Amino acid sequence: MNDQTKIDQDRAERTEKLQGMGCKRKRVEDVRFTQGKGSYVDDLKLPGMLFGDFVRSPHAHARIKSIDTSRAKALPGVVAVLTAADLKPLGLHYMPTLAGDVQAVLAEEKVLFQNQEVAFVIAEDRYIASDATELVDVEYEALPCIVDPFKSMLPDAPILREDIQDKMEGAHGPRKHPNHIFEWKIGDKEATDAVFANADVTIKEMLVDHRTHPSPLETCQSVASFDKVKGELTLWGTFQAPHVIRTVVSLISGLPEHKIHVIAPDIGGGFGNKVGAYAGYVCSVVGSIVLGVPVKWVEDRMENLSATSFARDYHMTTELAATKDGRIQAMRVHVLADHGAFDACADPSKWPAGFMNICTGSYDIPTAHLAVDGVYTNKASGGVAYRCSFRVTEAAFAIERAVELLAQKLGMDAAELRIKNFIKPEQFPYQSALGWEYDSGDYHTAMKKAMDTIGYTELREEQAKKREAFKRGETRELMGIGISFFTEIVGAGPAKNCDILGIAMFDSAEIRIHPTGSVIARMGTKSQGQGHETTYAQIIATEIGIPADDIMVEEGNTDTAPYGLGTYGSRSTPVAGAATAVAARKIKAKAQMIAAHMMEVHEGDLEWDVDRFRVKGLPEKFKTMKEIAWAAYNAPPPNMEPGLEAVNYYEPPNMTYPFGAYFCVMDIDVDTGVAKTRRFYALDDCGTRINPMIIEGQVHGGLTEAFACAMGQEIRYDEQGNVMGASFMDFFLPTAVETPHWETDHTVTPSPHHPIGAKGVGESPHVGGVPCFSNAVNDAYAFLGAGHIQMPHDAWRLWTVGEKLGLHT
Amino acid sequence: MIPGTFDYHRPATIEDAVALLSRLGEDANILAGGHSLIPLMKTRLASPDHLVDLSGIGNLKGIKVEGDTLIIGAMTTQFELIASEALERHVPIIAETSRLIADPQIRYKGTFGGNLANGDPGNDMPALMLCLGATYSVTGPEGSRQIAARDFYQGAYFTSLEHGEILTSVSIPIPAAGHGYAYEKLKRKVGDYATAAAAVVITMADGKCTSASIGLTNVSDTPLLASGAAAALVGTSLDRTSVDAAVLAAEVITSPASDMRGPAAYRTKMAGVMVRRALERAQSRAKG
Ligand SMILES: Cc1cc2nc3c(=O)[nH]c(=O)nc-3n(C[C@H](O)[C@H](O)[C@H](O)COP(=O)(O)OP(=O)(O)OC[C@H]3O[C@@H](n4cnc5c(N)ncnc54)[C@H](O)[C@@H]3O)c2cc1C
Repeated sequence: MNDQTKIDQDRAERTEKLQGMGCKRKRVEDVRFTQGKGSYVDDLKLPGMLFGDFVRSPHAHARIKSIDTSRAKALPGVVAVLTAADLKPLGLHYMPTLAGDVQAVLAEEKVLFQNQEVAFVIAEDRYIASDATELVDVEYEALPCIVDPFKSMLPDAPILREDIQDKMEGAHGPRKHPNHIFEWKIGDKEATDAVFANADVTIKEMLVDHRTHPSPLETCQSVASFDKVKGELTLWGTFQAPHVIRTVVSLISGLPEHKIHVIAPDIGGGFGNKVGAYAGYVCSVVGSIVLGVPVKWVEDRMENLSATSFARDYHMTTELAATKDGRIQAMRVHVLADHGAFDACADPSKWPAGFMNICTGSYDIPTAHLAVDGVYTNKASGGVAYRCSFRVTEAAFAIERAVELLAQKLGMDAAELRIKNFIKPEQFPYQSALGWEYDSGDYHTAMKKAMDTIGYTELREEQAKKREAFKRGETRELMGIGISFFTEIVGAGPAKNCDILGIAMFDSAEIRIHPTGSVIARMGTKSQGQGHETTYAQIIATEIGIPADDIMVEEGNTDTAPYGLGTYGSRSTPVAGAATAVAARKIKAKAQMIAAHMMEVHEGDLEWDVDRFRVKGLPEKFKTMKEIAWAAYNAPPPNMEPGLEAVNYYEPPNMTYPFGAYFCVMDIDVDTGVAKTRRFYALDDCGTRINPMIIEGQVHGGLTEAFACAMGQEIRYDEQGNVMGASFMDFFLPTAVETPHWETDHTVTPSPHHPIGAKGVGESPHVGGVPCFSNAVNDAYAFLGAGHIQMPHDAWRLWTVGEKLGLHT
Repeated sequence: MIPGTFDYHRPATIEDAVALLSRLGEDANILAGGHSLIPLMKTRLASPDHLVDLSGIGNLKGIKVEGDTLIIGAMTTQFELIASEALERHVPIIAETSRLIADPQIRYKGTFGGNLANGDPGNDMPALMLCLGATYSVTGPEGSRQIAARDFYQGAYFTSLEHGEILTSVSIPIPAAGHGYAYEKLKRKVGDYATAAAAVVITMADGKCTSASIGLTNVSDTPLLASGAAAALVGTSLDRTSVDAAVLAAEVITSPASDMRGPAAYRTKMAGVMVRRALERAQSRAKG
């Protein structure tokens, strides 16, 4: 073995020991999760703790004539019953939403959706609380309700929000109707209309991204404990953004922010459902402040599905204009957005329709216009980003379905049309017609790799044969090939366009190296299952050469963690991951000075070597990071502060733009409408890959939720506004049996502006997956002249398609 | 999702159970595996003051063959139906059906008798019992009596059981050796009740169908015996025309609810599809 080989080998061994970026490190949090030793809000038991439960409205829209709590209060074990009348003097019967609206905590004069919170019973145990909810007598006078958003702004529509009836200026500009929330427009309307007026080919379709729900396995819950002596509130809860919750609680309760301790312990999934503030949180806080003992609130499954934030309900009139040979020239979209009874979307302040303006997708579309009207209906509020950045699944669905419809109209292959219109590698950074600067991308390479791997040409040949066989009556199966080539926009975001309640959307990391060379890192984000404890440690390990196993990552305690905006919209890696790298680099810079002092050389004479600084040209002369850590506390250079730690608040210069090429092969039984996914291939490009195993897990999870949304998951209302199927019996949560097998793949196009080139991946599979499934279904029926088939594609709906096409003799 | 208050009783004999039930009156409910009753209690659609658990009564469990009859104790679990060799040998359609009920966790606790006595049109076993011509043995304050499965179901959650009566066992005439059978169930996912399902038992001789019996699940407020459909098959070679006629005859007797599984028209058609597919499979299994 020659010297160089030895050096290389030694370096490789030391690198491997670090378990840094790029390695498939096992998730450290799984040690406790797989043993049932996680610690969730509902695991918390405090002395004297009471339990709260809600009385909820059976009506979608009704006036409250009276509330009589006397029977409930008389039940032994009931401690208090809160109603709007109790909260009103405190100014807490309404709370601000993240979208600039207000939302009823407990209904005062009217209820606006079924299962809305009307009273909060606090009792000695859960059972008594639940019994007592049946003893609160509420007298209602039912009112006509609005379920269909297209009826919200009719001249004679019942006015839903009487509390803001006269406020014709909303948080996002003028309101056109008492049931109107906002109109948001972007792009060049005149230019777009002009292109459409003269285009060779246009398509127009109403694409509905139906109402569904993020449905994390752990429902929303909180425990509030107010210390009357100290005047301090501790609030444990299922919070994707604990610091934001602290600020909101301070703003609405008047308690000083330093006397509020918000703690998000282990969280069992969020998917956007746990970003906002809920009546349950507020009532547990008020209960504890009033009673001076801890109050717990735990939502049950039906409450979660029917009362806390839903997702989507976007009705998107989508148009494309193109030349005869398939160059897309313009896109025009109008969205009717059903926000339910309150505007409780969790979007950055200036974006009432989230990042819907990413709807030009992966294509170089020179001209575009987007308008979004938000309206109130008698349904639960929300419209959160369900496993996606704000409204990005909606945007990807619009463009990816539209491209297919255009291909069909042009008689062109859908993959070919996409490739023809892709933004070219040399166009990055690319300025989109609707205002974004795409940081990087190489769509052609990704698409080619995907098509080759899946055997696209052969699949189309097989499909052609199958279609002939179907026409001859030899098979009752239809084969569909779904494609989606999506571009996400994640990592909110730059202060110039992103804030929440006026707070810029930075994120943060604080890293401390202890004298013995182990590390604690605290973050402003909050994992809900993403594996942050594992991946952030890998970033630090690579940056400063301390093994990931010696690095503890902590999140969720607002007293110890630096302020951060939380985890959603795939922002943790793009923003807090960047903060981590920057903070680590600060430490490394100081370490270099210490090492130089230790070895009595000039800083510039040192070079970094995996886990140590060594003197250039003298490889045997080095100091490891561990040794440097000790020196930092023991013998720092003169005039240097002792210690080795750093904080970084990272304000991203731009979003990151992960992308991917997905293909789905589906076989549909026309007689039952049952669709079977034969293959699903997902190629993701999320830039630098920190932990390939975690990425794969995230992709599997996101695809499974995409499969669910496309193929059956929905929150439906009947005409009276009764919410239907709000339990796991009806709400489609696929099990291992239904879930297709996933094939995953990747390309790597690092983000040019991110310190480690990473882009975020947790939501891409959802964003790309939903249109891919829907395209597969649509493609299966397309040759029969089906037209656009709306989601969800559950069996009965697909059977209905076949029925309309006369396929059932 | 939290039930109301109730008292729990666990008698050791049928006599004690019957006595308890008559003493406690209408506010008492029988508890078997709990997998239909407890979900109702959690949503407070049922709030019994007393639960009388049958699991302490030893002789309600078990599967035995007596001559050409099979006798299954009411408290036999759905899992035990799958595991039973006697059933596999004599009436394999019972295990086939049981495998399509809910999921393994539920089948370990859920009982055969509970599935039959519950009266939910979504339960899979009742239609199969109609198809097999089973007889239920029940014991109550007035003593014991026999009720034909085909007379048992009156409406959704409404059966010929009087209050205080316990279903103790079920006797099933063993179908002829070499019979063909199939239970076809369309569901949205594992653990779901049927959108529509069909139980088919046929015998064949010299390529002709000599007997047929068809039960339908969850396409009316009770399980259905599709006698017209069966009649359309006997004497035929199960040719396309006869099967079409049987499917049509099955469809016309359905009156399903429109629900999240689909509109009534769909579920009616699915009953037909299930009959057709069950017949195909039954025919392929039939000897003769
Ligand atoms: C998620 C889920 C999915 C399911 N899916 C299916 C499915 O696909 N198909 C299906 O068939 N079932 C399904 N079930 C129901 C399951 O099979 C139940 O176990 C069964 O319906 C009831 O049996 P049990 O022993 O649990 O009875 P229990 O729930 O204890 O009782 C049910 C009712 O029957 C009465 N009862 C019980 N035993 C007797 C008796 N011996 N005499 C008189 N009355 C009695 C009780 O008083 C009660 O009213 C599902 C259940 C769940 C929770």
